[in-house]
Amino acid sequence: MGKDIREDIAWAHINQDVLKSLENPRPLFWVIVFVALMMFGVGVGCEVYQYQMGMGVAGLNNPNVWGLYIATFIFWIGMSHSGTLLSAILHLMHADWRKPIYRFAEAMTTFSLMTAGLFVMVHLGRLWQFYYAVPYPNERWTWPNFQSPLLWDAMAIFTYLSSSVIFLYVGSIPDFAICRDNIHPGWRKNLYTLLALGWEGTDRQWRNFRVTYLTVACFLIPLAVSVHSIVASDFAMSQQPGWHVTSFPPYFVAGALYSGCAAIITLFIILRYVFKFEEYMTMPILKKTVRLTFAIAMVWTYLNLIEFASVWYSHDEVAKAVLIDKATGRFAPFWWAMNFCGSVVPFTMMVKRWQTSIPIMFAVSLLLNLGMWLERWMIVTPTFSHGYYPWTMDTHYWPSLVQWGIVFGSFGWFTLLFMVFCKIVPSVSMYEVKEMVYHRSLATKKAELGLEGGH
Amino acid sequence: MSVSNLLENWSKFRHTHPVGDKGHPDWEAYPSEIKWAMSIDLDACTGCNACSVACYAENNLPVVGKEKYSHGQAMHWMRIERYWDEDKREVPNQGAQFLPMLCQQCEAAPCETVCPVGATNHTEDGLNSQIYNRCIGSRYCSANCPYKVRYFNWYDYPTTENVWPAPMEQQLNPDLTVRGKGVMEKCTFCKQRTYTARNNAKTEGRKIHDGDVQTACQQACPTNAISFGNLFDPESRVAKQWEQQQVELIKEEQEKDVKPGNNLRGYRIFEELRPYPSVMYLERVRESDV
Repeated sequence: MGKDIREDIAWAHINQDVLKSLENPRPLFWVIVFVALMMFGVGVGCEVYQYQMGMGVAGLNNPNVWGLYIATFIFWIGMSHSGTLLSAILHLMHADWRKPIYRFAEAMTTFSLMTAGLFVMVHLGRLWQFYYAVPYPNERWTWPNFQSPLLWDAMAIFTYLSSSVIFLYVGSIPDFAICRDNIHPGWRKNLYTLLALGWEGTDRQWRNFRVTYLTVACFLIPLAVSVHSIVASDFAMSQQPGWHVTSFPPYFVAGALYSGCAAIITLFIILRYVFKFEEYMTMPILKKTVRLTFAIAMVWTYLNLIEFASVWYSHDEVAKAVLIDKATGRFAPFWWAMNFCGSVVPFTMMVKRWQTSIPIMFAVSLLLNLGMWLERWMIVTPTFSHGYYPWTMDTHYWPSLVQWGIVFGSFGWFTLLFMVFCKIVPSVSMYEVKEMVYHRSLATKKAELGLEGGH
Repeated sequence: MSVSNLLENWSKFRHTHPVGDKGHPDWEAYPSEIKWAMSIDLDACTGCNACSVACYAENNLPVVGKEKYSHGQAMHWMRIERYWDEDKREVPNQGAQFLPMLCQQCEAAPCETVCPVGATNHTEDGLNSQIYNRCIGSRYCSANCPYKVRYFNWYDYPTTENVWPAPMEQQLNPDLTVRGKGVMEKCTFCKQRTYTARNNAKTEGRKIHDGDVQTACQQACPTNAISFGNLFDPESRVAKQWEQQQVELIKEEQEKDVKPGNNLRGYRIFEELRPYPSVMYLERVRESDV
């Protein structure tokens, strides 16, 4: 395997390359922003219509009271998990290959959480009363219901979102200082001056910075695991067949890391081209990410099979009927597509030649995420149309165009936020890449001198 | 919010939770003289839908129209379900079986625990209540209801949908609200009637008698298939029926069902899921079985 990064890149060169991404990306950047804006517009249009008319225009009915909104909500929440994996877990494990790519992964975490939060709002019948679910002190002395997994959900997402914003921001402070010192005067310079919080790079600042960063990283890891476990509790704590599965929390966490890693590959390839990051987002790093994704894909596959097996051998007739309905009923094509995309497609990542092939990995990563989106849909919907009560089996449900439109728009919203972020904040962490180059070159020198313990 | 507030035993607010920590209802701590319950005799039911129509009239239910009905967006708190024999005969000699389905007013209702804002709660007379003003429309209650008897206001029926154009708004029942879009609603056991009856009894300084209150569906039923009343009043028709059929409220499996050769017709739907429903059905006597 080649080197993760060239060891002879000068530090000034790193600054120059990354700062260039803030100034002049390839024209494709503007195309992406424009398309994303259009998609977002479609979503906003659908939401305005739904807000005016009521939730009925989404095509939901009784008993299918939850639909694509909840499925896509889980999808976005899931996608947020890999940012934390890359930036916090791999940080603690001293895997330094993550350094050029963790910043955008962390941004992905933040923006996909924000998108997920929007879906909670879009889903509510009375969006304007959403604050009833927040435990705020009030004169009526009424509190939300602390028994409800949905309430845990709301609190977990708020905590995770605020923590990951802090993590993203703290990790960027030294880079903001570089931007401040190098960019031409204007509103941007003022912005970076403000964001850099007077960073000068003194020893004391670095020491405090390291401690803070490590603390937030340690705080974030259990939080990330708990967030998706709580999302799983929305289903596992209920009484419905197909949802009432004990293994859901780890299954959801694995699925979350899976779709997040796949999304990182997609964004890696896009950013690499758009912002001309070929020297930093190198093929060996892509290869490592692909291998990590493959490992997680296998964990997910295992837990997926465990779920089927535990339903099958539980001899719970109703839960079994839901599983059979998934495999043979109206939603069978989607269910099989989910299994194919989630468990068969990742085997392409085993082929060494393909691991570094950009078109193949781009297509594979999109397919994996399609599979993971289908997974969420297949968890939510079949239980409604094939629940305990036989009356529900006569209902026919298909999401309306409004529902599809909002799901479609959410991808535009996410892309828009993400692209604007990458244009304003350095999406490759300059100071960490310098560290990486320094450590690597030091190790090479030591090896040349025949010293032990190069690290 | 204080720490003690957080550490409180929240389940105690469900007054008549049938399985408390002690394994039996804590009637002493939360005494209640009334437990509204129902029994529906499927042998008497002809599937005429009069109960459903009466419910529409009594509870200001919007008639959603053919299109929305076919989309599954109907608002029938009381619905008549039809079931056919499975033996593929073209004209089954038993005909269709009818099952009037309404909110079962479960004692340990699956819908109550999952509501994020606590909009659905238990009342001290054993009903599962819905606070429209508190509901934010997350629809978790409906997702967790095994009977799927909760109905969501998919549209703004009174205004934009104009379900009651003038002068039809004159037919609305003034004793209860008309619900706007985005809230969940369901059968209340005609609480506007039960509360009036309780208030009248209180004014007259007496206990509530059987027959003081009838639900709209019960009143409309031509075959008298539905009986409704106070389960704690041993003189009430509903209590007698439950007693006769040996169906006990706080059991998830009735003793008679494990005994061989019982001919009792009383049963509750999804008893084994332990929601402790307050509606008992009396099985239809099939000609072939007699």
